Amino acid sequence: MSIEVRNVTKKFGTFTAVDDVSVTVPAGELVALLGPSGSGKTSLLRIIAGLETPDAGIVFFEGEDQAQRDVRVRRVGFVFQHYALFRHMTVFENVAFGLRVRPRASRPSVADIRAKVMDLLKLVQLDWLADRRPSELSGGQRQRVALARALAVEPKVLLLDEPFGSLDARIRQELRRWLRRLHDDIRLTSVFVTHDQEEALDVADRVVVMNRGRIEQIGTPQEVFEHPATPFVMTFIGQSAVFAGTVQGGKAFLGSLAAVDFPAHLHEEARPAAGYARPHELEVTRIENGGGGLWATLRHASPAGAVVKLELTDPEGGSLQVEVTREQHEALQAGVGESLYVKPRKLRIFVQEDATSDAPDTPRAPRA
Amino acid sequence: MSSASPRRRVLPGFGLTLGFTLLYLSLIVLVPLSTLALRTASMGWGPFWATVTSPRVLASYRLTFGASLAAAALNGVFGLVVAWVLARHRFPGQKVVDALVDLPFALPTAVAGIALTSLYSPNGWFGRPLEAMGLKVAFTPLGIVVALTFIGLPFVVRTLQPVIEDLDVEVEEAAASLGAGRRQTFAHVILPALFPAWLTGFALAFARALGEYGSVVFIAGNMPMRTEITSLLIITKLEQYDYAGATAIAVVMLVASFLLLGAINRLQSWASRRGAAA
Repeated sequence: MSIEVRNVTKKFGTFTAVDDVSVTVPAGELVALLGPSGSGKTSLLRIIAGLETPDAGIVFFEGEDQAQRDVRVRRVGFVFQHYALFRHMTVFENVAFGLRVRPRASRPSVADIRAKVMDLLKLVQLDWLADRRPSELSGGQRQRVALARALAVEPKVLLLDEPFGSLDARIRQELRRWLRRLHDDIRLTSVFVTHDQEEALDVADRVVVMNRGRIEQIGTPQEVFEHPATPFVMTFIGQSAVFAGTVQGGKAFLGSLAAVDFPAHLHEEARPAAGYARPHELEVTRIENGGGGLWATLRHASPAGAVVKLELTDPEGGSLQVEVTREQHEALQAGVGESLYVKPRKLRIFVQEDATSDAPDTPRAPRA
Repeated sequence: MSSASPRRRVLPGFGLTLGFTLLYLSLIVLVPLSTLALRTASMGWGPFWATVTSPRVLASYRLTFGASLAAAALNGVFGLVVAWVLARHRFPGQKVVDALVDLPFALPTAVAGIALTSLYSPNGWFGRPLEAMGLKVAFTPLGIVVALTFIGLPFVVRTLQPVIEDLDVEVEEAAASLGAGRRQTFAHVILPALFPAWLTGFALAFARALGEYGSVVFIAGNMPMRTEITSLLIITKLEQYDYAGATAIAVVMLVASFLLLGAINRLQSWASRRGAAA
């Protein structure tokens, strides 16, 4: 079932958590709401679930306005960040809860509930723990119980709030691959919230990048990584080197780099701008390779892994992160303290819109 | 890891603190209680049995335990409501209401007794309309229940309040998202989580009511066989210099209370093990 959010705004006191947001989730897709804390992603998820009422705007499920339907009747499966399992119930009772509270007329028989719950526990590979209590489970197991419990009511959409947030790194990776496979099997329209860009890019069909209550960009993982729409997306997703400067008369003058053509701004008035390059889009050589770059001093090289990460300092004292292949690193034969020539192969230039425009820096902290 | 020595604790001094605990409990609780038993033992089995099973004493046991249970149950219901409102909602004057709950703790019980008696006596503010409806409160067992409810209220409220404040709102939201109505959420999710604390509050209010004297004697009327509580009977015996008789009644009271509280304690630990904290 598709979800559409249209012009939704939510304020908490004077803090605008969600600011006129519109987004569509096509049926059967797995979508990530990605953003730093306080960006409004959890509020948006809770509005979709009906746990929060928007101050303005409409939520549609399959074209149907949900304003009059509260969370009890929306048929959403919601997985909470801290699982919110019922501590006094066993795993089995937790999963059965949604079936047992149904009105008598639509409640399945005891045997049907039992079969259904055991099927779900098999699906999340926890059927052997049915009689345990949540306190006896590990974090990853609790997470899967929460998921099975949400699926038991046959929801039309599945909403997950930071589903892997409180797990350690290894379990996290396993569980997110597992969630992706589960989604491929059941094709349930799903939205999950995360602040971890790697997680979003790895799992989701589509990523919605949020910042300060607004949507910065919606796109496939590749689109948001390769073609960031705003400086915020550029810096929030993946690392990047920043060259601050100005644009004027069709040229960009950025940091210590040589001027480059920038036909998007032909105006004679100078505007502040910044150029961004990913670490692997920077070329490092010992000689001034055709001009257009800058000289920087090598501070550190970490050769562990498939690529070698170099850290350099430019003449203004700024730090530059560069990734080169092992072969390039060996050919370079550079030692710490040596001067190297750095030149971006690819540069994304964003002109600052106006004085009040969002700087791509740290997000505003949320109010309590 | 394979050390045979006893497990090391972060804070030392187990021996010292245990010794202090035992000494303190002996001085404050065990020695006084054992003199009670000794005093009673001096009277012999026959007179003891005659004293503790005399009709007047039996009537006082029934009244005391019955009224205490009724009062604790009333507090169990309404104390839960008060604790819920204080913990979950913000309203003007909340601090004042919150402070009022503690008043029965602080008030000399005789003051409470006098106040309640003048309210519920046949020409008091509550007593007159109630009497018109055919309901007598003062100088009846009902009056005793009223007094015991008054003094027991803070125990239930104060044990439940912090637990309600700690309840995870997400758990209620989870229940709602699974289709549970408000009543179902309350009955199946909230009440089981509160049950251990509720039992503790109930037991405290009950225990307090069993030993209550000051607030009851004014409103009870103290008619033998009808409105005479056990504590009063003990005082009466003391005033007649029947020390052995007084302690005999007290010992029965003590043993009965101990057994009842022990049973509640067992129930409570079973309940909290079921809902063991994650």
